[in-house]
Amino acid sequence: MTTTDAPLSVDKPRSPHRPAARRSNFELYAWLFMRLSGVVLLFLVLGHMLIMLFLDGGVHRINFAFVAGRWANPFWQMWDLTMLWLAGLHGGNGLRTVINDYTRKDGSRFWLKVLLYTSVVLTVGLGTFVLFTFDPNIG
Amino acid sequence: MASTTASAAEAPQREGNPRAKGSLYRGDLGMWSWVAHRITGVLTFFFLFVHVLDTALVRVSPEAYDTVIETYKSPVMILFELGLLAAVLFHAFNGIRVMLVDFWSNGPKYQKPMLWTVLVIWLVLIVPAAISMLMRAVTEFGGQ
Repeated sequence: MTTTDAPLSVDKPRSPHRPAARRSNFELYAWLFMRLSGVVLLFLVLGHMLIMLFLDGGVHRINFAFVAGRWANPFWQMWDLTMLWLAGLHGGNGLRTVINDYTRKDGSRFWLKVLLYTSVVLTVGLGTFVLFTFDPNIG
Repeated sequence: MASTTASAAEAPQREGNPRAKGSLYRGDLGMWSWVAHRITGVLTFFFLFVHVLDTALVRVSPEAYDTVIETYKSPVMILFELGLLAAVLFHAFNGIRVMLVDFWSNGPKYQKPMLWTVLVIWLVLIVPAAISMLMRAVTEFGGQ
């Protein structure tokens, strides 16, 4: 807070009323979300990578049948759905910060964010659709 | 996010000697951990995008999915997966450090020893992981 830097004078009585700046706590909640989702993602993502890259032959055993077997279990469906949403929002907010920090023009900032939000909605939306409509007998 | 972390870490040092020595975080090891956190995060995000698209092929046909997932098994792609794991591991454990700096009263004081701890944990995990993945890449490649 900048309370110590505030001028020692007080506004004159009867001076025209200035509306308080519109404040939003969005950035606070975004900051908190990064930390909370980060803790959950640590377990979900490292668990996912341990299973997919190291256990039972690692990446070489992954194929359609393997995915079908996993998603027959609601536990792994929920795992993947939670991981998808948290990773999409965590990564999306991280890139939003990066764009805010490094873009110099309002135009490039706006269009990079349009691109970012489109890709987040596309990936999280497509992933959710696939998880809910997966058909092991599609072939 | 990470940018607020940098200012949070330098705050206590500023209290003691205002503007005497400037920031102890900027330009120092702590800043590079912040840079590395950004780079590993952005790289992981780009992989997430690709990975959701390739996994979505299970909705197209088993053949389409199997064909694309087969590329993940080539030795070159296994090197890429090792790089991804290295990035994710650093991001995960440095993220814990960021949270300790933010929420633990002694966090800013111990940010540097905590960074060394992160790097030690990272090494302890990535070395056996690299050995395991590279050995499998070589044996599977030789078997084909």
